[in-house]
Amino acid sequence: MKCQRCPKQATLHITEVLGEDRFEEVHLCEECAKKYLHEPPQKKAEAKPTESAAEGEEPDAVGEKQCEACGIKFVEFRNHGRLGCPHDYDAFKEDLLPLLESVHGDTRHAGKSPRRLPKAKGAQLELAQLRRKLQQFVTDEKYEEAARIRDRIKELEDG
Amino acid sequence: MNLDSLLPNLGEWLRGTGPESDVVVSTRIRLARNLVNFPFTNRASHHQKGEIAGRAKEAIAKADLPYKLDYIDVAVLSPLDRQFLVERQLISRELAAVLDGPRGVAVDDKESVSVMVNEEDHLRLQVLRSGFALDEAWQDIDRVDDALEARLTYAFHAQFGYLTACPTNVGIGMRASVMLHLPALGLTKQIDKVFRALQKINLAVRGLHGEGSRAFGDLYQISNQVTLGKSESKVLNEIREVIQTILQYERQARNALVKERKQAEQDRVARAIGTLGSATMITSEETMELLSAVRLGIHLHLLDDLPATTVNQLFIHTQAAHLQKLMGQPLDGEERNAARAKYLRSKLRELGTSQR
Repeated sequence: MKCQRCPKQATLHITEVLGEDRFEEVHLCEECAKKYLHEPPQKKAEAKPTESAAEGEEPDAVGEKQCEACGIKFVEFRNHGRLGCPHDYDAFKEDLLPLLESVHGDTRHAGKSPRRLPKAKGAQLELAQLRRKLQQFVTDEKYEEAARIRDRIKELEDG
Repeated sequence: MNLDSLLPNLGEWLRGTGPESDVVVSTRIRLARNLVNFPFTNRASHHQKGEIAGRAKEAIAKADLPYKLDYIDVAVLSPLDRQFLVERQLISRELAAVLDGPRGVAVDDKESVSVMVNEEDHLRLQVLRSGFALDEAWQDIDRVDDALEARLTYAFHAQFGYLTACPTNVGIGMRASVMLHLPALGLTKQIDKVFRALQKINLAVRGLHGEGSRAFGDLYQISNQVTLGKSESKVLNEIREVIQTILQYERQARNALVKERKQAEQDRVARAIGTLGSATMITSEETMELLSAVRLGIHLHLLDDLPATTVNQLFIHTQAAHLQKLMGQPLDGEERNAARAKYLRSKLRELGTSQR
């Protein structure tokens, strides 16, 4: 993991206690941590990653990118730190690679794999899209269309 | 499963035995797994979470394992029961109090294996072991993982490995944490030595209840941060090495305490027992601090005949939800402090009379 203030390796992981059950984690290198610990408390909040703030609140091209399977926009991920579905790793691949590199120092899995190989990728994506459609039809109370989609999902799953 | 039946038990992580148990309280490994073709939990609808829970429950029920996993529906539990499971380290605070909708946890009767459903990831597998037992914990969890994977299709990526809601877990999806009791390093103000040892390999130090919690009672959790680019065994080896170093530091500090200030230490431990046995109001933080002194006293042989498991029992039973279950009624903060003191007084009196 990189330091939140400079490009060095973060070696100190500080948990700030902000009050009743509220905490914040700060990851810094030794040098920045020394400075950080001597700052008045109100400045500390600014030690958080400033990537999104630096690029401004304006919707930018990267932020507007959207996953075709779950519909999440990249900016939503940037704001909340959670992805929407497994397909996001492909949909936002280019933008996630630098992040993975800085968090893990690597971008390639080197551990165990599932014993059963997952189904073909195309079918997975279609299934995810169908499920999203199904959800929409149910919400809109379009039950006939929903039933058709449900049957198609069953076909794909059993196939 | 009747949760109250767990109350008299200590659970696997507080058994107080296992390798290096004078310093290492417990070892925990968790794996994050998600099902293909579903959004991650934070973006799944109520209906989808229900479907995920249904599939997970079926796979758990049919899993080819030498023990049975009982599924507990966390959504229908009272807040007290949820907190009870958090204190027993079987579910996270998030699953208990932050997340909503269909969710649950499957637990074996030894409380060593648990599988959370619809936490941040669809599945969070966990194995707890008493003492320093990374290999045993890994063997257990690897087996649970394979048994579930035989009946569920995980979201797995050729380049990125197991896909998780948060990119900080992607890859092996594994977090291994070792809980250490480091009172002597604290007393001799050498705890920064520990943090220096961790710098080299990017491990995290956290308090008792994981992410965001503070260290109470000299208990620290050391865990890996990196999950991509290293195999499970490599990550486990790195943790093992650093824990060995910390063990050495703590034991040196303990030896120095006995050698240089035994009398003072004996006094501190006796006072801790005295306060625990006579206070009429006591917070859980103070209880943990005093129990830390008692635990150290036991391992330094400054106390006779008080088994380490007793400290573990007092430790778990004086936490908020356990205390309220023992007393059989809901208690507010002040009432809990009084009830905690009462429980400690009667427990220590019991022990005193049976041992002298």
